[in-house]
Amino acid sequence: MQLFFKGENMAAQFDASAAGYPSRRTILKTVGVGAAGLAGIPFLAACTGGSGPSATGSDSPGLTFGSGSSDDVPKRAYQAVTDAFTAKTGKKVTTNVVPHNDFQNKINSYLQGSPDDTFTWFAGYRMQYYAEKGLLAPIDDVWESIGGNYSEALKKASTGPDGKLYFVPNYNYPWGFFYRKSLWTEKGYEVPETFDALKSLATKMKADGIIPIGFADKDGWPAMGTFDYINMRLNGYQFHVDLCAHKESWDQQKVSAVFDTWAELLPFQDPAALGQTWQDAAKALEAKKTGMYLLGSFVTQQFTDPAVLADIGFFAFPEIAMEGRDAVEAPIDGLLLSKKGGENKAARDFMAFLGTAEAQDAYAAVDASNIATAKGTDTSKFTPLNKTCADTIANAKYISQFFDRDALPAMANNVMIPALQTFIKDGKMDVKNLETQAKTLYAAQ
Amino acid sequence: MSSTARDLVPPEARAPEGAPVRRAKGGRVRRLSGRDKLVLSLMVGIPTLIELTLVWLPTLMSVGLSFTRWNGLDLGAIRPAGLDNYQYVTQDYPPFWPAVQHNLLWLLFLALVATPLGLLLAVLLDQNIRGSKIYQSIFFAPVMLSLALIGIIWQLFYQRDNGLLNFLLGTAGTPQAVDWFGDSSVNIWAAMIAATWRHAGYVMLLYLAGLKGVDPSLKEAAAIDGANGFQTFFRVVFPAMRPINIVIVVITIIESLRAFDVVYVINRGTNGLEMLSALVIQNLVGEGQVIGVGSALAVVLLVISLVPIVFYLSRTFGKEGKA
Repeated sequence: MQLFFKGENMAAQFDASAAGYPSRRTILKTVGVGAAGLAGIPFLAACTGGSGPSATGSDSPGLTFGSGSSDDVPKRAYQAVTDAFTAKTGKKVTTNVVPHNDFQNKINSYLQGSPDDTFTWFAGYRMQYYAEKGLLAPIDDVWESIGGNYSEALKKASTGPDGKLYFVPNYNYPWGFFYRKSLWTEKGYEVPETFDALKSLATKMKADGIIPIGFADKDGWPAMGTFDYINMRLNGYQFHVDLCAHKESWDQQKVSAVFDTWAELLPFQDPAALGQTWQDAAKALEAKKTGMYLLGSFVTQQFTDPAVLADIGFFAFPEIAMEGRDAVEAPIDGLLLSKKGGENKAARDFMAFLGTAEAQDAYAAVDASNIATAKGTDTSKFTPLNKTCADTIANAKYISQFFDRDALPAMANNVMIPALQTFIKDGKMDVKNLETQAKTLYAAQ
Repeated sequence: MSSTARDLVPPEARAPEGAPVRRAKGGRVRRLSGRDKLVLSLMVGIPTLIELTLVWLPTLMSVGLSFTRWNGLDLGAIRPAGLDNYQYVTQDYPPFWPAVQHNLLWLLFLALVATPLGLLLAVLLDQNIRGSKIYQSIFFAPVMLSLALIGIIWQLFYQRDNGLLNFLLGTAGTPQAVDWFGDSSVNIWAAMIAATWRHAGYVMLLYLAGLKGVDPSLKEAAAIDGANGFQTFFRVVFPAMRPINIVIVVITIIESLRAFDVVYVINRGTNGLEMLSALVIQNLVGEGQVIGVGSALAVVLLVISLVPIVFYLSRTFGKEGKA
């Protein structure tokens, strides 16, 4: 089950439910998977047959583009990009839009069946995993032309486990604390630079009768953001991604320390977290019931009143022990090239096009809620909040992708969600059990 | 038994119906032509084949996969894992035992509250009261509603800040407001009440059909013998509905095992609402797919489900054998 980001509501949860009736159907599902696997054999065999790298391939008149961006605004935004590409090169782009939950759930069979030449996906482990399985085509040649448009952190995030490049970033959005400036001015609160300052600020807010930190975890994933930040600030970015990829053990003092540190913050986080969605918590921030709220910048979509939106401030997660605030959590969305698409020159051209300011401006002209990743994109329409967010990312040395993108999805969904929800309830975490589970799940991959 | 009642009862549970069955059983006189045999074998063969390929083959494959590790990508990547997945599920997977407990609790609740409630509704509505049809429709409506709608309806009841329930309790908007869905000590009860709301309507309809099928002369005879209402019902009518009772028992057990939709709508079966079926989905469908573990969970559920199914089949076939 994928996690729900950005503008999704409860109705989205019902999508998978039609497939939901258990026992017999479940078993059918399993076989569906098996059947997909069977269907994959000839394809995979074909792959190993002609494994010579055909980086350039033949010049074709067009390409297919699989898009999971099914919401209205992003859909129109990608439409603008493909139109611009066609206008520029005369090559036709056939776009197949799939509802994003379905797109993510079916990615395995999609990539093994007949995927589109290029498709929307995420950076991080979620991309590297498929690269490692040989289902993606490397695009180092594309990066030769667009490399100059990206920062080192973005290039690193686009690199597969074999050191080749696979991903073209389109936009990203930072995670951090959002707050209402007017409330803070009125009460004389100041942006905390360190974790201790954050705690004393929270203590002050509590005394003022405000819930210091807005928090929602009914859907299970938002709490991962707190974990990611405390881990990165305490143990460093490299340890965090290694832990997510299970190159580090969960059963060690460093991980326990993360939860001990978090336990200090827990009394300041909204105690109703388990019963509310991130949208509910956003409303609480708007109503000044909570003092600040740690979430991705997509939270601003909830503030429909322009006056409120203008009153929203942002600051990065305070410094704890290591690396100051060099790492930022900013999930990147972009494009990947499928194995099959690797043969298509037009598809490579399209990816190169997306890696330019021109294409990303075309995208941002329709969907302004994110921050374009390429250098030289138009920032004239940025609000002060956009600017703070963009600066935070631009100044970051390391960009993490959010736990469910940096780790094995099964680890995120099946292990971390219940574990974090239990932690929120009783403040205890059995890191030994996390390690046992991680061992089994990563071994199955 | 009236025709409505017969339709609601699965064919296996129906009393053997006189002539055609008996003639087939006699079997001494060969009256089947070659054409008949062909038609019969097609009619039996095709459903059997479908059943085999769509039910039994997948079941066996699932059982097989539960002893392997597989990432769902390349068939060559399937590796034997012995009992590791079962060990993982029972020892290392924290939601498993709570899920088993919740399924049992669910069964008890349905058996002791929801099913008797449905029976009560059926008995009341069987009294030829005015507007009986309207009441029947009202109570049966939840069974027909879609999952999405059920989620929204109960959300309206249970919401913490502006839900009806907290409003009636006078706690809405105060810190004392109970978070019916979010508080893991109460949400299972909230979910079971929502499930009862559906289940009772279903049971009611089955029992209504059953009650219509009870020969009125039985009741008259009981009344003449001086039995009061309670005695008539529990000593005469209820035992006479035996076939329906068995169906209800099986339905109740199966419903509690496949309890899924309500918890899934609330929070996808996490935080106090763990259910075996939700765990199966969690582990088998979508990106969080771990085929070995998911299959092991499915097999556990299958084995548990087999108990009532075997009980049901042996009851019905055993009875036919005797007839």
